[in-house]
Amino acid sequence: MTSVAEQSGTKTGTPPPTPGAARRASAWARRAPLLPALIFMIIVTQLPFVATLVISFMDWNAYYPDERGFAGFDNFARVFTDVNMRDAVWTTILLTAGVVLISVVLGLGIALLLDRKFRGRGAVRTMMIAPFLVVPVAAALIWKHALYNPEYGLFNGALTWIWGLFGSDNPPQPDWISNAPLWSVIFALVWQWTPFMMLILLAGLQGRPLDVIEAARIDGANSWQIFRSMTLPHLRQYLELGALLGSIYIVQNFDAVFTITSGGLGTANLPYTIYQIFYQAHDYGRASAAAVVVVIGTIIIATFALRTVSSLVKEETRR
Amino acid sequence: MTTLARPAAVEEQAVNKKKDGRGGAWLSLLAWVVGILFVLPVLWMVLTSFHSETNAAQNPPAVFAPLTLEGYREFFSGGASPWPPLLNSLTASVVSTILVLLLAIPAAYALSIKPVKKWSDVLFFFLSTKMLPVVAGLLPLYLFAQNAGLLDNIWLLVIFYTSMNLPIAVWMMRSFLSEVPVEMLEAAAVDGAGLVKTLRSVIAPVVMPGIAATALICFIFSWNELLFARVLTATVAETAPVFLTSFVTSQGLFLAQLCAAAFVVSLPVLVAGFAAQDKLVQGLSLGSVK
Repeated sequence: MTSVAEQSGTKTGTPPPTPGAARRASAWARRAPLLPALIFMIIVTQLPFVATLVISFMDWNAYYPDERGFAGFDNFARVFTDVNMRDAVWTTILLTAGVVLISVVLGLGIALLLDRKFRGRGAVRTMMIAPFLVVPVAAALIWKHALYNPEYGLFNGALTWIWGLFGSDNPPQPDWISNAPLWSVIFALVWQWTPFMMLILLAGLQGRPLDVIEAARIDGANSWQIFRSMTLPHLRQYLELGALLGSIYIVQNFDAVFTITSGGLGTANLPYTIYQIFYQAHDYGRASAAAVVVVIGTIIIATFALRTVSSLVKEETRR
Repeated sequence: MTTLARPAAVEEQAVNKKKDGRGGAWLSLLAWVVGILFVLPVLWMVLTSFHSETNAAQNPPAVFAPLTLEGYREFFSGGASPWPPLLNSLTASVVSTILVLLLAIPAAYALSIKPVKKWSDVLFFFLSTKMLPVVAGLLPLYLFAQNAGLLDNIWLLVIFYTSMNLPIAVWMMRSFLSEVPVEMLEAAAVDGAGLVKTLRSVIAPVVMPGIAATALICFIFSWNELLFARVLTATVAETAPVFLTSFVTSQGLFLAQLCAAAFVVSLPVLVAGFAAQDKLVQGLSLGSVK
């Protein structure tokens, strides 16, 4: 690969003998380093989607191998009329919106706190990042067993301790996961994703034009005014970026739902439901149709995400 | 916890009226409290992993119980050995990360230093693959693996993880490569430096930290992956996250041992993450935030 690229390096410097052929050769030399990655991506990511699309129009259940055939839109009809599927769509929306909104708000608050100079700022920043660096399954297991557990989880343990301080031996001991299954999943995820939002927003805050803010302060603007009319507008694209990247990752969440509730108690989101249709019911046609629906939904979100990212990536025409 | 965010904005006024006054101290205290709240579950996991099972399951929590390595001993030599899954995870993560770098660096070069025509279209093609939900590709990959006899084979995961991380790596590497000053490249060209010399003495020193950060982030994502590993592997190629989930169901619940297991499995990610701390944002935001 290097030799091809090297030719391009020397060729751009010297005037080409035959313009047309040389320009084409040089264009290919430029493309060469890109091709392996591009071809690899097309084969590994695009072909399976085509296959999913084809299977979504087929009658195909691994338990009934003889009945394989063309199904038309049957699978899609089943996906849209299936109550579980509609619940899964709703759960996915609640889960994603809940986690993203709460973690963005918390992340903003914490980023503002960390955007000041104080003793131990680096230590606090490091502590804040830690939740993001626990393997998601491990984090979900810890939340389920070490924190939420009604008998010996840390939450109920802390309640017992606090009630004990006031001499009460009858503390409330809620069963967190059974009482509020979806919130249990949401909070475990908020804990993991707030650091991500905080990091993005902190980077945004540190990119503020400080001289303008100082000027506003001298002109008598108070902190709230500065925050409202200068900091927030400046942070807008960072907030959008955080929310959109967060949505893309959390829409796909499988680990927390699988671990904390096993999709029970109304927490089955789309990825978990598709996993179930495919892995337990072996209904390949229906699983594929559901997947196609999810893809279409994601494309709609992704279009907005791409627009935001592309507004951040300044068009570099310098080369 | 949401209420914590509000006092921050309100109290900020106080700070600015009299700098470093009492308000500032309160804000610093608040920052510390929030930081400790967030790190608490991690600390609790580590502490519990060093407690005995009886102490781990106490209510109210036995915070100052004597420390023991019992949980770790049980985890490593109690039931099924965790070493094969850990080694599988290591293989899948390291090999896929190397493949990703081998594919992404030249691609990023062709998208930044010597860009092809329509480079931004190509760049957004890579990004769009990352936005499609992976679960939609699960079934075809499973059927392919079944027909090709690749089920429960770690190399299938290597290929999949490479495709999962390649878009991120291309974006990150492009962002790092475009930090190479044009003047330096021009100067090298004027001096008649060839490609190898330019790569080694102009580009490499600038992008080396970026390559390291990219590698660490790809490593983390591969190490963390659960869904595909669970569907595509069984007993032989099982990875550490899959082992963790099966560990709970097959062993009943031993909290100290579970915490030890969770900590051991998370340790490589914690180390890699803190090592890449400074470049973490740039990587996670696909190079759009510096």
